[in-house]
Amino acid sequence: MANHAGNYTPGTGVERWLDERLPIVRFSKEHLMDFPTPKNLNYWWTFGAILAFMLVAQIATGVVLAMHYTPHVDLAFASVEHIRRDVNFGRIIQGTHAVGASMFFVAIYVHMFRGLYYGSYKAPREVIWMLGVILFVLVMATAFMGYVLPWGQMSLWGATVITGIFSAIPLVGEALQTLLLGGFSVANPTLNRFFSLHYLLPFIIAAVVVLHIWALHVPGNNNPTGVEVKESRDTLPFHPYYTMKDLFAVVVFLIPFAWFVFFAPDILGHADNYIPGNPQVTPTHIVPEWYLLPFYTILRAIDFNVLFIDSKLGGVIAMAGSMLVLFILPWLDTSRVRSGTFRPLFKPFFWLFVVNFIALAYLGAQPAEGIYILLAKICVAYYFAYFLIILPLLGRFERPAPLPVSISESVLGKANG
Amino acid sequence: MMLKKTILGAIAFASLALLGGGAVQAADEYAHTDQQNWSFAGVFGTYDQNQLQRGFQVYREVCSSCHGLDFISFRNLQEAGGPHFSETQVRALAAEYTIADETADGGTRDGVPADGWPAPFPSEQIARDSNGGAFPPDLSLITKARGVHMDFPWWVFNYFTGYQEGGADYVYNLLTSYEDAPDGVEVAPGQYYNAYFPGHMIAMGAPLSDGIVSYADEATPETLEQYALDVSAFLQWTGDPHMMDRKATGFRVIIFLVVFAILMYMVKRRIWRDAH
Repeated sequence: MANHAGNYTPGTGVERWLDERLPIVRFSKEHLMDFPTPKNLNYWWTFGAILAFMLVAQIATGVVLAMHYTPHVDLAFASVEHIRRDVNFGRIIQGTHAVGASMFFVAIYVHMFRGLYYGSYKAPREVIWMLGVILFVLVMATAFMGYVLPWGQMSLWGATVITGIFSAIPLVGEALQTLLLGGFSVANPTLNRFFSLHYLLPFIIAAVVVLHIWALHVPGNNNPTGVEVKESRDTLPFHPYYTMKDLFAVVVFLIPFAWFVFFAPDILGHADNYIPGNPQVTPTHIVPEWYLLPFYTILRAIDFNVLFIDSKLGGVIAMAGSMLVLFILPWLDTSRVRSGTFRPLFKPFFWLFVVNFIALAYLGAQPAEGIYILLAKICVAYYFAYFLIILPLLGRFERPAPLPVSISESVLGKANG
Repeated sequence: MMLKKTILGAIAFASLALLGGGAVQAADEYAHTDQQNWSFAGVFGTYDQNQLQRGFQVYREVCSSCHGLDFISFRNLQEAGGPHFSETQVRALAAEYTIADETADGGTRDGVPADGWPAPFPSEQIARDSNGGAFPPDLSLITKARGVHMDFPWWVFNYFTGYQEGGADYVYNLLTSYEDAPDGVEVAPGQYYNAYFPGHMIAMGAPLSDGIVSYADEATPETLEQYALDVSAFLQWTGDPHMMDRKATGFRVIIFLVVFAILMYMVKRRIWRDAH
């Protein structure tokens, strides 16, 4: 598939001239229009396009917000209110940006779980997956820093808790934290550098997205059967088939998005963030945004010392490990069958993993006390067991269902049956 | 089979998204919240202009002696979708206040609609000194900065009903829950007992009582409950002054998106018709 020939013929003299110097039109034709795409992709595959749309939407609204926002501890909170009250269309732009962060993560999680279910991380797509994990971490960092900018109570105290993670690193931790904060506590220098980084990171994300798609265009898309494309009748050109399907999905995705922006703009946030940040008053419960909660639970679950590793460092290791384990996932899953559809034993473990992940998020919002502490430990244990024990062993013991010979056969079989 | 999985998956992801609301506090004991039927509740809710005007009157005559409205200017009071006072009323109202302005003769001048709502105290320290050490919070965003506690699974429904009235419910319940401390509960000087306030000890004495504000409209009862309702509604507006405009835009946007999605689906069907 890597060697597919485009059928671009420059139409005019100008196009021919350009094509010999910078074949950008040829490139676009080959990769954005004619690119052969498996014909059986379902709607879970549209979340890639939805994510591309979300990144552009966040950058566009963010650029406008930055024109009106003031990164200063005494003025930031009021400047966000100014945007919501007095700037033309400000409340829609700000609402879209804030709700957009949540919708971005909804799409990311769907996209990742789709990859997990259909084995999209397996050879030859390991690099696509690893770039995806890098993107995930970058988006989390960007969203976290964005949440600090309105400088409400949760902004300030969430930043205090999360940056405290760095201080657990042995030897260099304290220095690293001081460098990150620009001082010894979250204050004006922190807000300034977070604003700067929050503006910078999306463009780095966009660059990694280019690599992500480049890596995708070498082996081509995985598909719900997990069977590689064998012949040209297995595929359809990306345009107009998938451009249209993706556009339709984006519009549908915008409906719940608009619901939140216009009818419940604050429901995804925390009420405490409408109290201006005050370093002298600590909120009763410091809770990160919902999309960080599963990892927050993993961080908090390690409340015991292991040998010379104290609980704080242990939590940080567990949280970093929960992302590192995703990074090496392509080599942990020993099954040669990609799609979960043909893996009878894998399926229950996968769905349990999904439920477990939701439970991790739920527990992150609960105080660390009573039964929640035990539940959190169990959920964290399953999170790691899924990657480190279940996936490596399943490949050895599972007897997969018979695979279709080709994508066309599977599509025709479904049509006839 | 696939369909079942798809639905299961959709539910799983939807619940994941909704867990944001799990980000409400859970540890403490929560007083029961008496939820009110607000005119601005739900997606079709609108502000009751008369109620906002009454609520403004309560705020002005009672609350404003200690609590500011930093994000409200006089001009906001004449905006449609709010108390919607006439321009003449707002000009007259603003002129009743003296605004410090170093460019004016003598350093002060009469207020104009463009001025912000005058702060009750010149500084936080002076505010604390006049209130036994407590700092009366600004009320512009108080209804957004407070919420009511709901147990699982009740908060899940909020995502579908667009429940945004937790703040107003909080303010109403707080204002109507002053009572004598139960036996054995020591109330320190400068503290008051409030059955709804977290921890029950509040530095603000009961601000409202029957009959303290005289409404122009004879038909409206001059009771503590009515005052609390009106001022809570007014503070909901100060926190969310463009709610009606926002919801109206929301209907246009969502109707457009639904129609557009249907059209896109039809185009998609047509393009895909002979794909297999």
